[in-house]
Amino acid sequence: MNAPVVKAENLSRHYSVRGGLFSGSRILRAVSDTSFELQPGKTLAVVGESGCGKSTLARLITMIEEPTSGSFTIGGVEASPANRKQLRTDVQIVFQNPYGSLNPRQRIGAVLTEPLKINRPDITAGERTRRAREMLALVGLRPEHYDRYPHMFSGGQRQRIAVARALMLEPKLLVLDEPVSALDLSIQSQILNLLVDLQERLGLAYLFISHDLSVVKHMADDIIVMYLGRPVEMGSKDAIFAHPRHPYTKALLSATPVADPQGKRNRIKLEGELPSPLDLPTGCAFAPRCWKAQERCRAERPELGAVTHGAACFFPE
Amino acid sequence: MPLLEIRNLSVDFATSSGQFRAVDGIDLSVDKGELLAIVGESGSGKSVSMLAMMGLLPWTATITADVMSFDGHDLRALGPRQRRRIVGKDMAMIFQEPMSSLNPCFTTGFQIKEALRLHLGLDRKARHRRAVELFEMVGIPAPEDRLKVFPHQMSGGMNQRVMIAMAIACGPKLLIADEPTTALDVTIQAQILDLLTGLQRDSGMALILITHDMGVVAETAERVSVQYAGQKVEEQKVADLFETPHHPYTAALLAALPERATSRHLPTIPGVVPGQFDRPRGCLFSPRCKFADDRCKAEPPAPAGSGLGLARCHYPLNARSEVSA
Amino acid sequence: MTETSETASQATDRPGPLREFWYYFRENRGAVMGLWIFVAFVLVALFADLIAPHDPTAQFRKNLLQPPFWQEGGSIAFPLGTDALGRDILSRLLHGARYSFYVGIVVVTVAASGGIVIGLIAGFAPRWLDAIIMRIMDIILAFPSLLLALVLVAILGPSLTNAMIAIAIVLQPHYVRLTRASVLSERSKDYVTAARVAGAGRLRLMFVTVLPNCLSPIIVQAALSFSTAILDAAALGFLGMGAQPPTPEWGTMLAEAREFILRAWWVVTFPGLAILVTVLAINLMGDGLRDALDPKLKRS
Repeated sequence: MNAPVVKAENLSRHYSVRGGLFSGSRILRAVSDTSFELQPGKTLAVVGESGCGKSTLARLITMIEEPTSGSFTIGGVEASPANRKQLRTDVQIVFQNPYGSLNPRQRIGAVLTEPLKINRPDITAGERTRRAREMLALVGLRPEHYDRYPHMFSGGQRQRIAVARALMLEPKLLVLDEPVSALDLSIQSQILNLLVDLQERLGLAYLFISHDLSVVKHMADDIIVMYLGRPVEMGSKDAIFAHPRHPYTKALLSATPVADPQGKRNRIKLEGELPSPLDLPTGCAFAPRCWKAQERCRAERPELGAVTHGAACFFPE
Repeated sequence: MPLLEIRNLSVDFATSSGQFRAVDGIDLSVDKGELLAIVGESGSGKSVSMLAMMGLLPWTATITADVMSFDGHDLRALGPRQRRRIVGKDMAMIFQEPMSSLNPCFTTGFQIKEALRLHLGLDRKARHRRAVELFEMVGIPAPEDRLKVFPHQMSGGMNQRVMIAMAIACGPKLLIADEPTTALDVTIQAQILDLLTGLQRDSGMALILITHDMGVVAETAERVSVQYAGQKVEEQKVADLFETPHHPYTAALLAALPERATSRHLPTIPGVVPGQFDRPRGCLFSPRCKFADDRCKAEPPAPAGSGLGLARCHYPLNARSEVSA
Repeated sequence: MTETSETASQATDRPGPLREFWYYFRENRGAVMGLWIFVAFVLVALFADLIAPHDPTAQFRKNLLQPPFWQEGGSIAFPLGTDALGRDILSRLLHGARYSFYVGIVVVTVAASGGIVIGLIAGFAPRWLDAIIMRIMDIILAFPSLLLALVLVAILGPSLTNAMIAIAIVLQPHYVRLTRASVLSERSKDYVTAARVAGAGRLRLMFVTVLPNCLSPIIVQAALSFSTAILDAAALGFLGMGAQPPTPEWGTMLAEAREFILRAWWVVTFPGLAILVTVLAINLMGDGLRDALDPKLKRS
């Protein structure tokens, strides 16, 4: 087995939130004790609903934010503030909203050459332009797009540009934060194909953040299911889709609508709403909505356990 | 007679660079108690056609239609005052963003009671009773307490329930749900969809569900109308549509679903939806259609017969083999 | 990946940003009128030497306080009459436009560039520095602006240059606040994060990434404070703290004419009208600019 591109150990990110006038500050646990490994050329998907901490995880790995505790390595190098400049070029990110992620006052050429200009001062201007034009072709855009402004492009084209920008520094890892959920269905498949092709050609590792299980099923090799800041189940895609072990994963799978009117299934109906991340229940965070919950679930927190297909549950399937 | 009938509805917007046709000759009819889904990507005009019918578009819009009748009223001939009496009472709408559809300055109870006062003229006590009853109907726990709460104190799912409660407050004959679950999480989406279909079944109101999610359509609707670039391109029963789509666009859209993928590469629809500046002369889908020929590029097709799902195509597809090709 | 995402031939071209700007600007009739008056004002300021019939400081001792030409005793040689020293009022007004324009340009440039830099720093600074900067700006804003300008001029000594400096300092907090507010809203957007992930340093983020996207509200503010500057300069001139006689500055002209207000209405009326029309025109134009540049006010 190769050395992993990313190895994260017990990553946590807590924010202190100022409450009302008299309540003082409280701690919001966005991500807690998350560990994972990602091999080169593989896709690790992080799945969960809003507030489960998947976007915070993306920001931690991209070094936009510092972890409160825990550590991770990229290509074997510890991601500490001292090494950040060196690691900068190894990790890049593509955001969800293609309309907000491109500077409206920058031409596409400038968008693409900027990362090189900042990080690789040894490369000449001519060489930068050549590489940017090559990249434009690689993501399926035309040479004349080089001098245009972002507002002249559709959402799908903008997402191609965002992918191109992320690839300019030849990263080992691409963090994809909901890369297709803002796109129309017919455009979504174009971008997914592009990502598949690029992975094959460049041997990229993807950290794929998404809430859409059908997209995840198509893209992922391994999956982490998160609920309220903690991983509740982790394993290979086939294992998780075929035999979900955690009740939350089961509920999530059954709630996802399937485009097949014949296949009516019995949906697991989850009662209630997500608890506030400021006020997590003691014990298993899913216990208040779980149909299997017992005294023990409310009292102590289950650990993820097994290495290959773990589920943080006392009564897994 | 259908509850809602629309023939040849078109909507034009005046923009900085001339007229823009957002809705182009839409026909639509909904019977009492029916559940119709309108599917389309962004820019397909699915929301605009509904807003036009309710008279909620800005002044820059020009609306034309041959027939636009609801429950015996000709919507074109109504003045603003009469229209207000129907919209919100017999015809209600809920929107995508529950957070921004409720006024953040007032409690949910005040807002729902306001609707009851305006349309039904109930007294204070009756209003309160009815509001509690409605909150119970839409599955809001502890309704008495939730009436005193401001919208920002509740989750998106709860706010969407409040919106639904307000929409059904006056017992509408038609409820239009515009992407009601797009902003919500999957597990909450399942709850809201169950609630909507349950209400439609129990109260006998008609429901128009506007969505872009094929999965939602497959699991909830009875009849589906597919829109593309402002036109209705196909309309079928939901089972038939997923089995044998007649319009190449519908077929391509279904094939592009990741869950139907057979290989690492998904089938795609090349190009983008035509906008204001690149509207084709012939069939609007022709630049992206793999079956298109010169005729498609030159003349716009008319809808085919109902056996072919009213497909707006010169060469409608008609066999399973063609679909998978 | 061979497919290119581009559709068939384009029917109409997408309008350029300038054309779109003009479309929204044109909708506001007052703004268009304001624009034409402003253009005329600029032309007058530029070519005052050529248009003016007389030297603005030349004194025609034979024609003291001569009324405008349509009144009895007036002559076409002095179309708007003369003042108490026999100087042609029209010529003085035309040359006065030059001073007003000069004041506007200098004040706006100084106030805006200073305000933008301080605002950018406040927007990116740690919380304590931001707080210090903003409280200082609040203190400046808490003074009545003309009074503060008056105090500053009193310290620096009365002259047109010092008046401009004083007005610029008084106007600056508006730019600081505006810039900081747009920086804060832009800073949280994804493209700024993307630039950070690409390794952009703080200076690059401030001036290359964020600043160009904050400019539209600042342009509007610049147009509006142009008129404030003219007005304040005239007020200081009127109080004797701005341009000194015999400079044909509009406010100074008013001050000189104060004692003749009952005997010769034209010496006061015309400079006053000039100020009124110019300021009104610029304000109307500023409103139109805001309509056209602020996406929140655009009608779809």
